[in-house]
Amino acid sequence: MRLKCPVCGERDRREFYYVGDAVALARPDPDAGEAAWDDYVHNRDNPAGVTRDLWQHEAGCAAWIVVTRNTVSHEILETALAADVKRAMS
Amino acid sequence: MRFSALRILKEGLTGNKGWGAHWRDPEPKAEYDAIIIGGGGHGLSTAYYLAKNHGLTNIAVLEKGYIGGGNVGRNTTIVRANYFLNGNSEFYSHSLKLWEGLEEDLNYNVMHSQRGLINLFHSDGQRDAFVRRGNAMVNQGDDAVLLDREGVRKHLPYLDFDNVRFPIYGGLLHPRGGTARHDAVAWGFARGADMRGVDIIQNCEVTGIDIENGAVTGVQTTRGAIKTKKIGMTVAGRSGQVAAMAGMRLPIESHVLQAFVTEGLKPVIDHVISFGMGHFYISQSDKGGLVFGGDLDFYASYASRGNLPMKEHVMEAGMTLMPMIGEAKVLRSWGGIMDMTPDGSPIIDKSHIDGLYVNAGWCYGGFKAVPGSGSVFSHLIATDQHHSEATGFRLDRFRTGVGLMDEEGTGSQHNLH
Ligand SMILES: Cc1cc2nc3c(=O)[nH]c(=O)nc-3n(C[C@H](O)[C@H](O)[C@H](O)COP(=O)(O)OP(=O)(O)OC[C@H]3O[C@@H](n4cnc5c(N)ncnc54)[C@H](O)[C@@H]3O)c2cc1C
Ligand SMILES: [Zn+2]
Repeated sequence: MRLKCPVCGERDRREFYYVGDAVALARPDPDAGEAAWDDYVHNRDNPAGVTRDLWQHEAGCAAWIVVTRNTVSHEILETALAADVKRAMS
Repeated sequence: MRFSALRILKEGLTGNKGWGAHWRDPEPKAEYDAIIIGGGGHGLSTAYYLAKNHGLTNIAVLEKGYIGGGNVGRNTTIVRANYFLNGNSEFYSHSLKLWEGLEEDLNYNVMHSQRGLINLFHSDGQRDAFVRRGNAMVNQGDDAVLLDREGVRKHLPYLDFDNVRFPIYGGLLHPRGGTARHDAVAWGFARGADMRGVDIIQNCEVTGIDIENGAVTGVQTTRGAIKTKKIGMTVAGRSGQVAAMAGMRLPIESHVLQAFVTEGLKPVIDHVISFGMGHFYISQSDKGGLVFGGDLDFYASYASRGNLPMKEHVMEAGMTLMPMIGEAKVLRSWGGIMDMTPDGSPIIDKSHIDGLYVNAGWCYGGFKAVPGSGSVFSHLIATDQHHSEATGFRLDRFRTGVGLMDEEGTGSQHNLH
């Protein structure tokens, strides 16, 4: 599997650290309540198909990257800098 | 049909014409007292013990593919009871005891072989940790023997004891640990359940769960709607999808775990060897293939195959531990979909929906749990009470933080197990 770092270009999977579902971009308010935090920390849609997850180009430029990919075929559909995605959300 | 030595002799002399199918191929009925979704090891053993221990025989196991096609037929078959934490410890101990009587109970040869499992250690700190684990195992009533370097050498003379990075200091021997024939476990439970009246329905995918007023009323399947008031879900890597049919989100992420087998060789590895520092473990099947594996590929995946980096890592670890393995040719590699929980321990619990019971989150260690899980999950389904040996596998432990079972001590977080 090769991921395209928006900064460095296409690189081997070994260069990246996997964090998991890109929920981290939508962190609840500190006082959002137990259910919201449980959902954020633990519960997952866990889709068989297109998912969005967070990777870090650890052995490269160290950027955090949102990867849109297919969990069934391992196809990479899109990658974007997490900073840009986060900015577009607000 | 009962299996016995006499029967084998008779069939052998009469052209093996008397062997029939091991289970029926029934049409689904309109209604059952209970439905088990998923015909893997856990679903089949749950159905078996529901019938055997609780007298519930008007039940069905619905399997979307074929029996043995899931993880139950894809794993590396290690059976052990060497857990450390309360909650896990007594459960796996219970399961191992069931394994020890399983062949007689099922009248089926599951080739359970207690050849001994050795966990290696490579530093003083690791030795301390294994002494502690061994004591926990002994306190649980199971067996553990601490081996020093020479002790390990007596059992496993072919290891590289003086590897620069991972010199072998010793190992923890679990004599009752071993392996079993994975397919036979699925077949044996399927046959045992079928003999007690359970309908095992293959090629029947559950596509919806019907819920009215907070209680289950039935399932939708590719072979029509079926009514029931009790549903047990045992779908391993597919837990997220099936839970979603009931509007639930689970603390589970599905990952791929790979395994490998070499060409058949003469007997060379007598034990199960676990080289934790290299994320590598190995045993030899009765057919002669070296069966080995490592860690997850470490990204969410539903592909039953993995990627190259983990293959390389596993091969490197094997060469580090036992350079002789380089002579063997790898025949096949494959992957299975693992239902990973944040703390690495399973869930056996009721849900907030009446009549919907959840059995999931077995991560990469659910094969050894097959008899234990069926016995305690059937107890929960039949009595609505947690079995005494499985009170810790609560779904709400993640929300409350109480009773997390993080065996590895790495933290209860999705990408750490
Ligand atoms: C490579 C590998 C090595 C492993 N090694 C070990 C080991 O050494 N020791 C150990 O203890 N464990 C091991 N495991 C883990 C173990 O195999 C699993 O935890 C265990 O088999 C999961 O339970 P199961 O047998 O019920 O799963 P499965 O056999 O996967 O059963 C689940 C079934 O549900 C069915 N299903 C899914 N969705 C639906 C639906 N909608 N409708 C109907 N049916 C459905 C699937 O088709 C499947 O047959 C390993 C796993 C892998 C992949
Ligand atoms: Zn980069």
